[in-house]
Amino acid sequence: MTTVIRVQGMEKSYKDLRVLRGVDFEVAKGSIFALLGSNGAGKTTVVKILSTLLKADAGTATVNGFDVAAQPENVRESISLTGQFAAVDEILTGRENLVLVAKLRHLKDPGTIADTLLGRFSLADAGARKVSTYSGGMRRRLDIAMSLIGSPPVIFLDEPTTGLDPQARIEVWDAVRELAGQGTTVLLTTQYLDEAEHLADRIAILHEGRILVHGTLAELKQLLPPATVEYVEKQPSLEDVFLSLVGTNH
Amino acid sequence: MRKHFLGDTAVLLGRSMTHVTRSVDTIITTAIMPVAMMLLFVYVFGGAISTGSPSYVTYLLPGILLITVASGISYTAFRLFTDMKSGVFERFHSMPIARSSVLWAHVLTSLVANLISLVVVVGVALIMGFRSSAGILAWLAVAGIMILFTLALTWLAVIPGLTAKSVEGAGVFAYPLMFLPFLSSAFVPTGTMPGPLRAFAENQPVTSIVNAIRALFTESPLGNDIWIALGWCVGILIVTYAFATAAYRRKIA
Ligand SMILES: Nc1ncnc2c1ncn2[C@@H]1O[C@H](COP(=O)(O)OP(=O)(O)OP(=O)(O)O)[C@@H](O)[C@H]1O
Ligand SMILES: [Mg+2]
Repeated sequence: MTTVIRVQGMEKSYKDLRVLRGVDFEVAKGSIFALLGSNGAGKTTVVKILSTLLKADAGTATVNGFDVAAQPENVRESISLTGQFAAVDEILTGRENLVLVAKLRHLKDPGTIADTLLGRFSLADAGARKVSTYSGGMRRRLDIAMSLIGSPPVIFLDEPTTGLDPQARIEVWDAVRELAGQGTTVLLTTQYLDEAEHLADRIAILHEGRILVHGTLAELKQLLPPATVEYVEKQPSLEDVFLSLVGTNH
Repeated sequence: MRKHFLGDTAVLLGRSMTHVTRSVDTIITTAIMPVAMMLLFVYVFGGAISTGSPSYVTYLLPGILLITVASGISYTAFRLFTDMKSGVFERFHSMPIARSSVLWAHVLTSLVANLISLVVVVGVALIMGFRSSAGILAWLAVAGIMILFTLALTWLAVIPGLTAKSVEGAGVFAYPLMFLPFLSSAFVPTGTMPGPLRAFAENQPVTSIVNAIRALFTESPLGNDIWIALGWCVGILIVTYAFATAAYRRKIA
């Protein structure tokens, strides 16, 4: 299996604050990797370093075979970033935002690309409206759609589903699974344990500047004492109730 | 990446020009303040000011043009600041584009938006009786000075645009700039000012730029003013460009 992202001994401090103190992990091609961690653990910092927005103080990191410090332009050719806070142009329409990114990626036929993505992220009706009139969830979906343009081999998603309703969340999950199915490598960060559980092939927990544990869900579960068997009636989760009431197309 | 610089800059320029045209109010606000000042000075104070020039509006216009640019560049800083804060810059910087085109697009947008405001202000001045017998070469020279001046102040505006902590902080630097013309030959001849003030007024950039443009409009001898004016514009441009690009490099790590 080929390793697409390799991080070794990554360190980063903001002045006196030592955020990353030697982070190591690897992500295999076509897999979904979830970086879990509480607020301020340094997830965004890791993502920013891997997407060449920030320089690490020590350690090495390669993305798609390119060193993030020495070959940043090659790294940028290989990736796309969806930052923690939706980075969309408020004054342009949703469609114009997508066309803009398609043009900057030097793709043919930006209009068609934009229309396809608007349809895929349930934004077709809102495509001609200024983004300043969008709801938070619509912005986030547009933001993710913008990141898919150009089909880069590696995608970083920093808390992609924070602020989304359950339906939009599942839409994003489906899109992420589809990408991985096509061979795209996905690194996502999340606060939601169930998101990591549902989506990720491998999970790493970032804590106090280091990767505390790292493995598949099954491997992580083995870290806990064996479960005792209890008989309980299966209750529908709140999510099931919500989805059945608002109606879902899944 | 060089091969994309022009194409990427053009795409991003198109984007920020859309911002300008979608908020026409910014162009109007940019033009309204200098126009109001021009009305005030011509119709209220003008009668009491003796400049030795037959038409006060013609005397006044060069200074008003500089004020127009000084107020216009606060929007340059504002647009940059918004891109920094909204994460749009980070999105662009994580993409395989020529990074410097992100900044150049803002600079060119500032130039175009300010030139539009300047045309509006000159239009109003014409209605108020501004007349010039200057030929095409003199007008081109005025345009050249104004472009240099706008570029110099635009690069100055880039610095707070990139480094400010708040929106107010991003725009506040423009106020002292708008005040400088009052301590120059823009509104009244410097001859009546008391000693130290006069010394300041006669040696600050606005006076030589205003005098040069005024001489071009009235077809008077240019003297040294044009060279001093060009020297100031180019000097300020070089310094602000150096600081702005240094600030930019620090921001993008
Ligand atoms: N530019 C900066 N200057 C100073 N400190 C910073 C800066 N950026 C982040 N930090 C600090 O570094 C730590 C890690 O931040 P980071 O954003 O990487 O955390 P995170 O895991 O993404 O948190 P969250 O879940 O809240 O998004 C935090 O304590 C934060 O305050
Ligand atoms: Mg974060």
